[in-house]
Amino acid sequence: MNLNPLPLALDIALGMVALAFALCAWRLVRGPSPIDRVLAVDTLYINAVALVVLLGIRQQKPVLFEAALIMAMLGFVSTVALARYLTRGDVIE
Amino acid sequence: MTMEFHPVAQALAAALLLVGAFFLLVGSIGLARLPDFFMRIHAPTKASTLGIGSFLLASMLLSATQGRAGFAELLITLFVFVTAPVSANMMAQAALHLMVPAKMPPPDDAVPERRP
Repeated sequence: MNLNPLPLALDIALGMVALAFALCAWRLVRGPSPIDRVLAVDTLYINAVALVVLLGIRQQKPVLFEAALIMAMLGFVSTVALARYLTRGDVIE
Repeated sequence: MTMEFHPVAQALAAALLLVGAFFLLVGSIGLARLPDFFMRIHAPTKASTLGIGSFLLASMLLSATQGRAGFAELLITLFVFVTAPVSANMMAQAALHLMVPAKMPPPDDAVPERRP
């Protein structure tokens, strides 16, 4: 009998990441201050990168890892721009 | 789904995936449940970084057993580990500027912006 733990672990990890998405979305809707919402968007970006990485492991496609890299870069840039905007009132002075 | 890997690598990758998913979930629970912003910023920036690093370690392990070097995975790991503290610092600065209410009083040696 070939006991294969990887597909089961992938499914469990997908479920846990989906739950993490739901919790971040709850904070994004509810967050009392704007910076709470920025933090929720940043965490959503990190969870989305994790989800794409899981999909790349599951389907064995290297293209998906490059997509995850681009998503990580976009998440960092958008978080920095939003935080700058809330601090200075302008993104680029 | 056809997966032909070495069984030891498969078991190790499965364990790393479960650990990473646990840390991502812990970070998001902290984001949803902690009482004020300055506590909330701690949970996702550290736990989620560790979780995504664990995922990418599992992916690099699996692709190494197939003879494919996971270069994009290494780049994602480096990028996330470098940029997560920077963006957390930016968000904390913005929160200090916006005077986000904190549940605990600031310490005596806090930055002068927080003084009432």
